[in-house]
Amino acid sequence: MSREHEQGMSVIVKTITRLTVGLILLYGIYILVHGHISPGGGFPGGIIIALSFIHLMLAYGKDAALKKLPRYVTSFLEGFGALMFLAIALLGFSGGYFFLNFISKGEPFKLFSAGTILLSNLAISLKVGAGLFAIFVALILFRFDDEGEEE
Amino acid sequence: MIVYLLCLLLFCVGLYCILRKRNIIKIIVGVIIAEYAVNLLFILVAYRRGGRAPLHSPDAVIENMVDALPQALVLTSIVISLASTALLIAIAMRIYQKYRTFDITKIRELRG
Amino acid sequence: MNYFAGMIPFFVVLALGGAFLVSLAGRRLKIFPDIAGLLTTFSLLLLSVLAVIAVSGGGLLVYSIGAWRPPVGINFVLDGLAAFMLVTVNLIAFLVSLYAVNYMERYTDKWKFYTLFLLMLGGMNGVIITGDMFNLFVYLEIASIASYALVAFGTEKHELEAAFKYAVMSTVGSLFILMGIVFLYSYTSTLNMAHMALVLAQRGTSNILLMVSILFIMGFGLKAALVPFHAWLPDAHPSAPAPISAMLSGVLIKSLGVYALCRVFYNVIGINPALSSVFLVLGTLSMLIGVFLAIGQWDLKRLLAYHSISQIGYVILGLGLGTPLGIVGGLFHLFNHSVFKSLLFLNSGSVEYATGTRDLNKMGGLIKKMPVTGRTNLVASMSIAGIPPFNGFWSKLIIIIAAVQAQEFFYAFWAVLASILTLASFMKVTKYCYFGRLKEKLKGVKEVPVCMKVSMSLLAIICILGGLLILPRGESLFLGKAGYSLLKGTSYGNEVFEEVNK
Repeated sequence: MSREHEQGMSVIVKTITRLTVGLILLYGIYILVHGHISPGGGFPGGIIIALSFIHLMLAYGKDAALKKLPRYVTSFLEGFGALMFLAIALLGFSGGYFFLNFISKGEPFKLFSAGTILLSNLAISLKVGAGLFAIFVALILFRFDDEGEEE
Repeated sequence: MIVYLLCLLLFCVGLYCILRKRNIIKIIVGVIIAEYAVNLLFILVAYRRGGRAPLHSPDAVIENMVDALPQALVLTSIVISLASTALLIAIAMRIYQKYRTFDITKIRELRG
Repeated sequence: MNYFAGMIPFFVVLALGGAFLVSLAGRRLKIFPDIAGLLTTFSLLLLSVLAVIAVSGGGLLVYSIGAWRPPVGINFVLDGLAAFMLVTVNLIAFLVSLYAVNYMERYTDKWKFYTLFLLMLGGMNGVIITGDMFNLFVYLEIASIASYALVAFGTEKHELEAAFKYAVMSTVGSLFILMGIVFLYSYTSTLNMAHMALVLAQRGTSNILLMVSILFIMGFGLKAALVPFHAWLPDAHPSAPAPISAMLSGVLIKSLGVYALCRVFYNVIGINPALSSVFLVLGTLSMLIGVFLAIGQWDLKRLLAYHSISQIGYVILGLGLGTPLGIVGGLFHLFNHSVFKSLLFLNSGSVEYATGTRDLNKMGGLIKKMPVTGRTNLVASMSIAGIPPFNGFWSKLIIIIAAVQAQEFFYAFWAVLASILTLASFMKVTKYCYFGRLKEKLKGVKEVPVCMKVSMSLLAIICILGGLLILPRGESLFLGKAGYSLLKGTSYGNEVFEEVNK
């Protein structure tokens, strides 16, 4: 077997992963953007998006996933998501109140409705998704560091 | 009534696990069980007899919904548990790295 | 709406925004974390001083988030007690972050420290100003989780062990609090504290309230390290880096434990004689057991941590008396304890910074080598032991007088005894650490860098001048308003709704 196959799991898992990982990502995005009109929202959406990357990491090993989403990008996205949420909250001051829903609410049950909720969901999903992935990577990589220390 | 008591029993199982087990990982599992029990209690408190999911759709008639607020709150509480559990696990891994054991009776540098 | 009411959210926004900015930009720019930390805490201090002035008229300010009015939406409430706590927390936070500029040079990844520090500060400010029960829990957890990580910051053996113990026990405490909130919600069908107070006043007492009270006493008692629940504190507080020990002992246990306990029991559930006597017993137990355990310690920081338990006992004793004088005394002691206990922890940090040890047996004569640290430590020791001109004396005196006035001679006696034992144990510290013969090994010890000196000196000046707060003007502006917020009890609910509907 070539070097590529030593990392990660067997060919079957890799093939299935290649087929499903995009669907998982899409499903996460769907949950995320429909958060204000159906069950779901920023947190579940972000978790599912993070799960697609975790799935990739489990099947292909850490290098393949970290090439797609390096650690500095993760930590940047995490901070950015939090600041974006804070910024949306602060922009509410344009209407006089913290967290005011200052964008027009639109028509109920349409995708672009509910004002800032969609944007807030986006920010939350960035924060949660990046956070979960960062936690996972930190816990996974820590054990490698530890084994390295032993040798 | 019985479901609430079972929920409290689950909480007590978690507490027992935290107080009596010697393995760090088992203690963490105890914390997770206790957190789960409290979240479950919150959801059960919001239940109304024969209530349906608190979803709103264009053609639905709103009647007899369960209380929607605790469901949002439990989501927040789950996020908090995620953070504290992740931190606990990270600390446990570090402890294992330093002490080479998960047994808390052997991890005793601090006394008095 | 009062002009200041619009500023209330910034107590949380500034701290959290600072934390996330540091985590984004602090990695590259080495100087940025220090500047951001100092600027944030300083502006928070200014804001909280403004807050005291804003509520000096006697009323309270309510801010409805997202323009949703209280029974429905989340609101922030700023009253005398909240303003008092904000000043305490942000004052200590500013001085501690000034100290940390030099002290944290020893650790790598300063930006992580500042991120967690500001996150913890944001959580504490949130706990203080929120007017919503579940929001209280969320802020409490933000502050607690940040503090677990900060206790484990050095990732040495004993730090990890202490952090694990602290994290597990504190999480259980949070679960008790959450369970109490669940029962309260199921009983009152509301989460807003003001609305809850109104509903509870209508419904009268019931067994559920008893259960909720027990859960809250256990939960907040764990956070405040009252005696049956204190086991984590003597491990966790000494293990953290010195600035964090100062924050944890100085303000964290007070804002998460004592403040939340008072707010919930005085303003929402309503105090009754049975609860008062529970407070008195818990306070006295903490006071005595804390100080007895402290005397035997040889680890400097551990000794100080046991004294935190003992001094929290005084605060709870004063608050439990329930008389106006007792409450003012308790709150005054809370402020004083924040000041001198943070100063003592910063001193111990300086000693550790200079000599590399925390064992009292290995020190001696340090006042010659470290004059600023030695003298500020003397001031703080005399304050905590209750020597007359310093602030600790006045607050203990008020608490003891209040106990005597309330005919609780039994508790007054124990308070005096605990104070004498405190004096004894701090004489031990000063004798072994700062006076006596200079050890051979410590000949090369140098005084600590300038920022640390400035921070300690400022705290010592506050210790000396703190007694002035009980003069009539200071009392009416600062402590009296805070005490009044507690004394008015469950009419808190009415006041909030009057303010909202104005």
